[in-house]
Amino acid sequence: MTWVGAPVPRTQDRRMLLGRGKFTGDLARTGTLHAAFVRSPFAAAALGSIDTSAALALPGVAAAFTAADLGDPALLAVLERPEFVPTPLPLLAIGQVRHVGEPVAVVLAEDPYTAEDAIELVGVDWSPQPVVASLAAAVAPDAARVHQQAPGNCLVDLTMFDDERLDGVFAAAPAVVTATVGSGRLAALPMEGRACLAEWDERDQQVVMHVSTQVPHQVRSAVAQAFGVPEHRVRVIAPDVGGGFGLKCVAGREEVALAGIAMRLRRPVRWVEDRQENLTASFHGHEQRYQVRAAFGPDGRILGLAAEVDCDVGAYSAFPFTCAVEPLMAVTELPGIYKVPAYRARGRAIATHKAPTAPYRGVSRPQLVLVMERVMEKAARELGLDPLAVRRRNMISPGEFPYTSCNGITYDEGSYAESLDLAEKRVTESGWPGERDRLRAGGQLAGIGYSCFSERTAYGTPTMSQRRMRMTPGYDTASVRMDPSGEVIVTTGTCGHGQGHETTFAQIVADRLGVHPGQVRLRQGDTDLASYGWGTWGSRSIVIGGGAARRAADGVAAQLRQVAARLLEANAADIELAGGAARVRGDASASVPLGELARIVHFQAHRLPEGLRYGLEARETFDPPGTFSNACHAVLVAIDPGTGEIRLRRYLVVEDCGVVINPVIVDGQVRGGVTQGVAAALLEQVRYDPDGQPGSATLMDYLAPTAAEICPIEVVHLETPSAFSETGAKGMGEGGTIGAPAAVLSAVNDALRDARPGAEIDHIPVCPWDIHAALFAPEPLAERSAG
Amino acid sequence: MKDTHLIRVRVNGREHELAVESRRTLADMLRHDLGYTGTHLGCEHGICGACTVLVDGAPARACLMFGVQADGQDVATVEGLADGEDLSDLQQAFSDRHGLQCGFCTPGFLMLAEGYLAELQAGRGDGGEPSEQQIREVVAANLCRCTGYQGIVEAVLETARRRQAMEMP
Repeated sequence: MTWVGAPVPRTQDRRMLLGRGKFTGDLARTGTLHAAFVRSPFAAAALGSIDTSAALALPGVAAAFTAADLGDPALLAVLERPEFVPTPLPLLAIGQVRHVGEPVAVVLAEDPYTAEDAIELVGVDWSPQPVVASLAAAVAPDAARVHQQAPGNCLVDLTMFDDERLDGVFAAAPAVVTATVGSGRLAALPMEGRACLAEWDERDQQVVMHVSTQVPHQVRSAVAQAFGVPEHRVRVIAPDVGGGFGLKCVAGREEVALAGIAMRLRRPVRWVEDRQENLTASFHGHEQRYQVRAAFGPDGRILGLAAEVDCDVGAYSAFPFTCAVEPLMAVTELPGIYKVPAYRARGRAIATHKAPTAPYRGVSRPQLVLVMERVMEKAARELGLDPLAVRRRNMISPGEFPYTSCNGITYDEGSYAESLDLAEKRVTESGWPGERDRLRAGGQLAGIGYSCFSERTAYGTPTMSQRRMRMTPGYDTASVRMDPSGEVIVTTGTCGHGQGHETTFAQIVADRLGVHPGQVRLRQGDTDLASYGWGTWGSRSIVIGGGAARRAADGVAAQLRQVAARLLEANAADIELAGGAARVRGDASASVPLGELARIVHFQAHRLPEGLRYGLEARETFDPPGTFSNACHAVLVAIDPGTGEIRLRRYLVVEDCGVVINPVIVDGQVRGGVTQGVAAALLEQVRYDPDGQPGSATLMDYLAPTAAEICPIEVVHLETPSAFSETGAKGMGEGGTIGAPAAVLSAVNDALRDARPGAEIDHIPVCPWDIHAALFAPEPLAERSAG
Repeated sequence: MKDTHLIRVRVNGREHELAVESRRTLADMLRHDLGYTGTHLGCEHGICGACTVLVDGAPARACLMFGVQADGQDVATVEGLADGEDLSDLQQAFSDRHGLQCGFCTPGFLMLAEGYLAELQAGRGDGGEPSEQQIREVVAANLCRCTGYQGIVEAVLETARRRQAMEMP
């Protein structure tokens, strides 16, 4: 029996259920000053003088800073490509604001209420300027520039693939389908907003920051860069973090500013973001438009694909990954699981006067899967074929792995065809088609939709380096140490924030050392404890961090075997570690408890030869190319033709993330991911008016789904172990979000077509008025793109 | 000029007497004046429900109440649910059903559910066993961003059924 694969209960549940979690906002320090930021009410304005004197005169206010007061600190994220235009991100605006909510000054007061009073008293001389608040406005001729150095507001323009055969392919193709697919701007919306407590430690001569972050080391690097201090003068600790979803995998300007202020004031300073700041002044994502053409043969085989992708990245590049994250992911991975012989793709990052963007869960893949699934369905209709048959004809099939695609990516073994087969079988056996027919007979619209996709996870530097980021992420390092009592401490540079890494890492390590997972403690989220690491995002932690931990555990296991071999007078190769003991294989009497071995190594070192003395410890790094999870989603929706309300009736996910470390946690990730993907498809959108004023600054306007909008989600597992992973596991943190929009839109269109032949929607979110337009608008059906 | 009031409030059965500014929210008072940091703030405008506590037995948004409004009242927070170190049946069900991931919204859901379960117990429901759909409608009062709600719904449903069964003669 192994711990890997077992539904081990999560360690962190208990403290959370007891109300004893420690989130950044829960931490208290004597003498703390509370920060409030003065934020721009304009989307674009030149900044004149800033007068903080009235604020400083308010009783309880201790300090106020503008950019100049702090030395104009800024963060610069760089992609080392000629097509990239860098846009420094000032911690506080320098001379110019570029989106509503941009911070221009900060006030520190004895309590947060006083700090909020005080920011009302800061006088700012604003000179409003012309605004570009949409992709269309930003790329229009003579559009106002968000940055002077970026004509046409283009921050990235990359043609990554350009197969010269493609024009000929299109000219000769029996069928060509085109699609314009748009997706709305989204907020990651972790339930805990961003937060930071920064304090100066006189003894260590170090600024210690508690930050609600996914990437402690990158926050440290950001502080070091912004204030010109060595990294060891900064310690970043992520305590309990209330969700991130990518919002917290970049450095926030507010938290970095607080570090500088704590260094300046030598007092603890605290900032806890409110929801309005979170929705308007943090980071967004996913606002994209795809224009694609695809050539098909008469049998439904795809012959060529050309795509233009525009991403509305907002006002700045976030640190450290840059605003190129979305367009690069989109053009590189668009072909997905389908075998595209000839490919051309251009991706652009377009700046607008809106909040900047961060790699929100899924990063371009919810959109590119949506695009490819729309393309497959359109081709099927055009050619009179079954849409699932067209998918099957084109997907990478058993026997073709590892498959190197037109995008240069090698796909490791997956179960693309098997997952679709199984999903279709369960849908049929569970009576979905009959339920759809009954709904239709009852006067509702109803449809069943599928999506098939893979999800590249756990990108190491071999893959990330192709993007040419100045700070190229990917590897991670773990140390494993057995203490004198035989218990195990693991440190990692990954940084779980709700996923249950305390438990899953313990399962991985426990198996290698023959201990109970309860004897393994994970230390994460602390830059002074762990080797430089890249945090938790990109579905990387279990594969990369867990892989490094497994390697390091194997190092300790080898040490234990040697010590045991010496004590038991056996060969190390014959020692097995299991059940908390080292024993000679095949000899039940020859056994020594691990605690005894650990005691001897630490307290009786002199009894051991030199190479075995002085501790049980190993440090290992893992840096894989990446591995592909895959899944098939199926959904049954019902639509009220009167109100346009879309309701989920059934949801099925057949997913394959290789070796499952903990099935309960995997199911939870899938269900939570699907819910965010459904939200993107049907509910959520960050809205701006043409003046760049946010229209979704509260949770009354930004419609996160509740339990009432979601139905039970059935999850079925296939297990195709990855050869590119130490554990055989593949990452799976984003797949739910990636697959859901395409499946939901397929189902919606299945429902619409039944009611009105030719009706079709190609954008998300699909809102009730879109349903109304699709059903009742006069011909021809005009499709608009979102945003 | 601060407008401060002396109030008495009972939290999880313990009496507190404190001076609190009139504009201070109940949530801030609980968290920062009294140290009950298990009550979390997710939106501060009454939508997400992370700050849900029971005031005289009924669920309330602690971000939408002022601390002074709790003068003389009984407040129950997540810290009062367990019996010492033993999880309550509801807390255990949340863990068993994977009803939490990051845990930030969890205290609010627990208190919301306790309020609902108390209503059921008091016979203010229809008397029958609650359905999955009814539980969905109840927990739709709060937001969770991690779980997709399935584990939360299952945990509340399971606890409701178990408590009803225990009451059966």
